[in-house]
Amino acid sequence: MSFLELQNITKIYPNGTKAVNETSLNIDNGEFVVFVGPSGCGKSTLLRMIAGLEDITNGEISLDGNVINNIDPSERDVAMVFQNYALYPHMSVFNNMAYGLKNRGISKEEINNKVNDVAKLLEIDQLLTRKPSMLSGGQRQRVAMGRAIVRNPKIFLFDEPLSNLDAKLRNQMRLEIKRLQRQMGVTSIFVTHDQTEAMTLGDRIVVINNGVVEQVGTPKEIYSKPNTKFVAEFIGSPQMNLFNCKIENGIAHIADMRINLNNSANIDDASLGIRPDDILISDNGQHTCVANLVEYLGSDMIIYSKIGDQEFSCKLSSKINLNAGDTFKFDISNTLVHLFDNTNGSRV
Amino acid sequence: MTKYISSTINHFILSIGLLIMVVPIWIIFASSTHSSLFINTNGLQFFLGDNFIDNYSRVLFKQSGFFNEITALKMFLNSFVMATGIATLSVITSLMTAYGLVYFKVKYATFIFWLIFITLLVPLELRIMPSYIVMSKLNLVNTFAGLILPISASAIATFFFRQFYKSIPDELLEAAKLDGTNSWSFFIDFLIPLSKTMIAAVFIFMFVFGYNQYLWPLIMTTSEQYWTVVMGLKTMYGSISDRFAFVIMSMIPPVIIIIFLQKLFIQGIFQNK
Repeated sequence: MSFLELQNITKIYPNGTKAVNETSLNIDNGEFVVFVGPSGCGKSTLLRMIAGLEDITNGEISLDGNVINNIDPSERDVAMVFQNYALYPHMSVFNNMAYGLKNRGISKEEINNKVNDVAKLLEIDQLLTRKPSMLSGGQRQRVAMGRAIVRNPKIFLFDEPLSNLDAKLRNQMRLEIKRLQRQMGVTSIFVTHDQTEAMTLGDRIVVINNGVVEQVGTPKEIYSKPNTKFVAEFIGSPQMNLFNCKIENGIAHIADMRINLNNSANIDDASLGIRPDDILISDNGQHTCVANLVEYLGSDMIIYSKIGDQEFSCKLSSKINLNAGDTFKFDISNTLVHLFDNTNGSRV
Repeated sequence: MTKYISSTINHFILSIGLLIMVVPIWIIFASSTHSSLFINTNGLQFFLGDNFIDNYSRVLFKQSGFFNEITALKMFLNSFVMATGIATLSVITSLMTAYGLVYFKVKYATFIFWLIFITLLVPLELRIMPSYIVMSKLNLVNTFAGLILPISASAIATFFFRQFYKSIPDELLEAAKLDGTNSWSFFIDFLIPLSKTMIAAVFIFMFVFGYNQYLWPLIMTTSEQYWTVVMGLKTMYGSISDRFAFVIMSMIPPVIIIIFLQKLFIQGIFQNK
């Protein structure tokens, strides 16, 4: 039995919107799981149902062997870090962190020790007497984490906690969250719409779309073998190229280009996906295209081009000398392509 | 240079406003320190006289009223009890009503709120007969409870607190829930400290409102023992300087309250922590 089990969880809001649909998921103790998906896909709702902040329309959630569907949020022993931190504005940093402990009837001395230890861990021990309004965004973020950590909960829930920070601070906090989670070994669920965050943080990633889990797997699995067209498009930057094509006897027809897939598939309406960095550019490539636009990114560059009327991009080292308007030759290896059936979006 | 000129003009206008408000009060104060005889013969005075202590102590301790049963000091006490009672009770009732309306899943909460709000159209003066009958049936005529209770629920204060609670982000409640608060401790540990400035503002408004009541205490009290300052102002029959002295003193309690709560009061009105 897993540490946290979601069984056929469904959430329907009173106005009839189905936010989460028949979702089942098992999470092991100590695991760091990331829910990722576009905004409005139901990932936050799922997290809030685990926290107990939303009612569950259907299904069962059990934590550490106990069904927690009808248990009050305060008794679930979960801690949550909110997107806008939700610090208590009228309390000092110390009291923000101590409040949950006080409510649990822990002695003053113990509260003092715990808060001070966690404050040191997060390097906010200089700020304990300040009010949240006197803190910077990064410091508030730390306090919010401290408030969660100090309670030593069974699960940490993070609801897009990094989205209000600037890019540099976000990277730094991301690393720190990862480090702290490793250090403490507490089961964590992290919700984000940012696929870079998802890839770097998670032991496992849960890709959610329209209230349905599209794929669950390690970052590597998700990246190298996306189960559906949605996952293929959503994970990876720049986005995977998807060509609408017709496959006859294992040969994909994209406009006037032919790619031998080395199988015997026959699909009328398929998508052939290839990651921009899997397109091999070489002087003796089989296919030829014109570079319409070249984006220089420092070590890499991205070339935008077209096959027929379908746009695609390739990513390559910027050491290669190629300018907009030049023609280039490339190969698409059939071991690197991903095939999806357009009728249901699933992988072939 | 233009900055200097505009600031001079601003200060000039402000000074005129200040003078318009302060000079009449000063004239009454200055006149109240002269003997009645002197004022009657020489008119209102702009400069201080030397009867300050005489006049004020006489007014404070003189038995007055129709039956000479009450002193000005007792009137101040009555007014203070009444105004504090009204202010305190309105703050408590409106805080709790707003809490109930905003944070509990009350059916038709908005409708109930508008019902409360509509009572603004029915001020005490309009319902004075039924209110009096209720109070007299409860045997509360000539008591402080009778003076205070009918005006101790304020729709406007409920409105202020409701709007304020609605502006508090939901995440705060959710974070508090995960931290183990219940409905009572959320009210005590969060809403009350967060609405501190609002409470001060409402308290001042309601204190002044209570202090200024005239018609209600006039009807509710038959014993001079319960006379308030505002009633005294109307019925204070004395020499002209005594009346001036009483007018000046009657302004002091609200001013004291405002001075003490001023900082919170201003923050409460502008509510931008």
